[in-house]
Amino acid sequence: MKRPPRDVEGAHRKLSRRALLLGGMQAAFIGGLAMRMRYMQVDQADQFRLLAEENRVNIRLIPPTRGEVFDRNGAILGQNIPLYRIIIVREDAGDLDKVIGDLSKLVALDPEDVERARTEMRRSPPFLPITLAERVTWDDISKVAVNAPALPGITPEVGLTRVYPQGPDFAHVLGYVGPVSDYDLSQIDDPEPVLRIPRFQIGKVGVEAKRERQLRGKAGAKRVEVNATGRVMRELDRREGQQGADLQLSVDATLQEYVQARLGNESASAVVIDCETGDLRAISSAPSFDPNLFVRGISVADYRSLTEDPYRPLANKSVQGTYPPGSTFKMITALAALESGIVGPDDTVYCPGYLEVSSRRFHCWKRGGHGRIDLLNSLKRSCDVYYYDVALKVGIDRISAMAQKFGLGVRHDLPMSAVASGLAPNRDWKSRVHGQDWLVGDTANASIGQGFMLASPLQLAVMTARLATGRSVTPRLVKSIDGVEQATGAGETIDVNENNLRKLRRAMFSVSNDRRGTAYGSRIIDDAFRLAGKTGTSQVRNITAAERAAGVIRNADLPWERRDHALFVCFAPYDDPKYAVSVVVEHGGGGSKAAAPVARDIMLQALFGGTPPIEAYPRKDRGRIEAQQERMKRERRPRARTDGKDRA
Amino acid sequence: MSYLEYTVKSTPTGLRKVFYMNWALTVLLMSVAGVGFLMLYSVAGGSFTPWAEPQMKRFALGLAVMMFVAMVPIWFWRNMAVVAYLISIILLISVEFFGTVGMGAQRWIDIGFMRLQPSELMKITLVMLLAAYYDWLPGNKTSRPFWVLIPVIMILFPTFLVLRQPDLGTSILLMAAGGGLMFLAGVHWAYFAAVIAAGVGLVTAVFQSRGTEWQLLKNYQYRRIDTFLDPSSDPLGAGYHITQSKIALGSGGWTGRGFMQGTQSRLNFLPEKHTDFIFTTLAEEFGFVGGFSLLGLYSLIILFCITTALATKDRFSSLVTLGISINFFLFFAVNMSMVMGLAPVVGVPLPMVSYGGSAMLVLMVAFGLVQSAHIHRPRLGS
Repeated sequence: MKRPPRDVEGAHRKLSRRALLLGGMQAAFIGGLAMRMRYMQVDQADQFRLLAEENRVNIRLIPPTRGEVFDRNGAILGQNIPLYRIIIVREDAGDLDKVIGDLSKLVALDPEDVERARTEMRRSPPFLPITLAERVTWDDISKVAVNAPALPGITPEVGLTRVYPQGPDFAHVLGYVGPVSDYDLSQIDDPEPVLRIPRFQIGKVGVEAKRERQLRGKAGAKRVEVNATGRVMRELDRREGQQGADLQLSVDATLQEYVQARLGNESASAVVIDCETGDLRAISSAPSFDPNLFVRGISVADYRSLTEDPYRPLANKSVQGTYPPGSTFKMITALAALESGIVGPDDTVYCPGYLEVSSRRFHCWKRGGHGRIDLLNSLKRSCDVYYYDVALKVGIDRISAMAQKFGLGVRHDLPMSAVASGLAPNRDWKSRVHGQDWLVGDTANASIGQGFMLASPLQLAVMTARLATGRSVTPRLVKSIDGVEQATGAGETIDVNENNLRKLRRAMFSVSNDRRGTAYGSRIIDDAFRLAGKTGTSQVRNITAAERAAGVIRNADLPWERRDHALFVCFAPYDDPKYAVSVVVEHGGGGSKAAAPVARDIMLQALFGGTPPIEAYPRKDRGRIEAQQERMKRERRPRARTDGKDRA
Repeated sequence: MSYLEYTVKSTPTGLRKVFYMNWALTVLLMSVAGVGFLMLYSVAGGSFTPWAEPQMKRFALGLAVMMFVAMVPIWFWRNMAVVAYLISIILLISVEFFGTVGMGAQRWIDIGFMRLQPSELMKITLVMLLAAYYDWLPGNKTSRPFWVLIPVIMILFPTFLVLRQPDLGTSILLMAAGGGLMFLAGVHWAYFAAVIAAGVGLVTAVFQSRGTEWQLLKNYQYRRIDTFLDPSSDPLGAGYHITQSKIALGSGGWTGRGFMQGTQSRLNFLPEKHTDFIFTTLAEEFGFVGGFSLLGLYSLIILFCITTALATKDRFSSLVTLGISINFFLFFAVNMSMVMGLAPVVGVPLPMVSYGGSAMLVLMVAFGLVQSAHIHRPRLGS
């Protein structure tokens, strides 16, 4: 079957033509591929190289070690201690159930932790270490280490955690740390990447929070090469971080401990300030709580018992709590009067037991009145009418300005949480905030530290230190950062007549050294350490005319939350003031009974740098004081354990 | 001219045939395979196991098979075309029943020493059958509808079987190669215009049908197309392959990152780095120079096939050789387009380089046919 040759020739030519056509198309396509390759590999090479590096290189943070906190004598307040963990790596473990079973025979494992670890393991690549148990004791860790060959994939690991060896004593000053929460992150504009490390701890309140930047330090970083599943192949390089700075506080741990113990179970607070430097030697608030509970993660029940306690243990009363200063404010009123020149130190006022101010009676605490009285006696015996009288002569604006000069109504900048600014009201303030005119009655109330007037125990201590020295002493809490001494708060001389100040100090001296003084019972016998102070009793309720007629109800007969606050401010020694102390006992009753003895004891403790000799106390009190000292020694709370073996 | 008219005496006989082989083509094939060994050695982290060594053995076997096929006269293979095609069809059908499921598709049969992928075999036997068909068909009937319908059925039947596995890549390749052969055989261009028009219509239909009950492709195939169209839409999911492949390729630069220095492949960012995506490793480690060289080698192989085909007066030889070159071209063109982000990921290996036994063996058989056509070409005037 032969085909005509022409047909064959034609078909072959057609084939050749089409083959060449197809070959041309193929060549064009290959050219296109080459151009695409050139475009990607030459023109876009840098961009793709960058992406490849991003793939390959992972930056791992090295968390910095948090700075530690010491008291002024080097006693440790906030410490990093090793924290032992048990880690499991799934790919090394082999039979997971068997390994965990074997481990639980050695170490008590929390089934909840194990379940959580199992879910975590299911979600993550097999080479990733997962925490099986945290806060493991050293004994358990050694058991794991000894049995390592029988426990494949299980390794003990050591990390750091925060511990507060002084426990509740510094809870309000230092605050505490805790793991970073979503809320914390939302509060920071540009959170450092280190904050996203799981279990990384930051300061939540107090110095820990306010000095977070210094304490935290800077995270280091290492660049590691990882493969597609995230396994680290090798370390490329590392940049060391910077450790957090160590802080030294001005506080004296032994004094603070004493103060906390002396305040006991009252709802009270006390501040001891160094008159020369402004150093806060003690700043405590009672009752307190154990900050270590918060580091570990506090249980709901514990937290509820803290928040529902009517004595508010979580509140930092020494800086956050504001109270009507009561009679402790009278020095300011007196000084404003003397400085104005309207009232002389020897001018007298007649006290019939009340003062009629715009047809309303303002009572003196003493029903019968004090009779004719001058400045020194009015302060010593805390006559109210004298102050109503001079205040009306001087006017609220001068008093308010004087209060601010002495640190009332002014926010002192301390690295503590919720430092309150208090209130030293004037006309302007009332019309601005309340939209009402200032009334003379308001001035009368303010003159004895009632009404709108509010001050924190810290402000009262500062006020007393300023009265004692004539300098605008400012409180200092951080003494040094990483060994670098911080500026002291000695302050400039206040622009008031030194003679007037001397008159007031003399009057304060008589309060606690003159037989008729309101705080005579809380005097110091030692001549070198004479105490000058002022009692205060501030009402938290209005006493109606009817009640006054029927006889004012005694504090002891009132429910706790309606009793008066007891206040006392003092400085000592009288001749050369070293410390100023303020004590506020919430709903404690009269200042001379509830607050003054506490302040005196604290002052003696501070002056002697330890338990004072019994001779410093008035003779008739010595037996009682000795018993009290004995009891406090016995009851000294056990310190928080620092060995990290506290697997709660 | 038909093989019956060959001047048999003038064709070489016996072992002398070895001297008449197209040795340049053989050397080219060996170079390409060598590139493959090098890359398989590299992606294994500088080790002959698990890929380079078995691949070398297979290539040695492949060379032997190629020699064997080359020694057998081309007219024998012409006669075997129908049988070979039927065997391939039977194997394709049997995959339905005995096939091993790999990567979600039934693609191969385990025949002891190797896994046979009948769809790979089909690519060659289809070419052989069509070449034989057009060798037999008188030229004036080539464009008659009935005589056009017969090869269309020959193409579509295996295509349908492969699509059922499901293997979209290979079925498209089968259709493209078959169509190319029909074009070469001289079928009127109007048919192709019609098919292209229909193809455009089909693509529209494919996309329009999506989400309806009678959708034409599997969901994963739609997703691959989506990913191809916009790889960044799903960078950690399906788009991951294309994105990582482009990064590896692009980061190679002019001269590459150095042998065994490619971070993308060494750190496992590349998927399927020893099979479908091996070209990216080459491009990453040897850069544009390396990638372009391999492209050049492939182009030379195509060029040799075309010259061989044009040099012979035997219609079957020409068509088989060109058909094989089309197949070969489609192989690497689709694979490279895929890794460069020009085509969706369809699972086509890089010929002679990707790790894999049956694809390489089938290709060596195919080149055996090319060699046979070359050795046994009609020689005039003796």
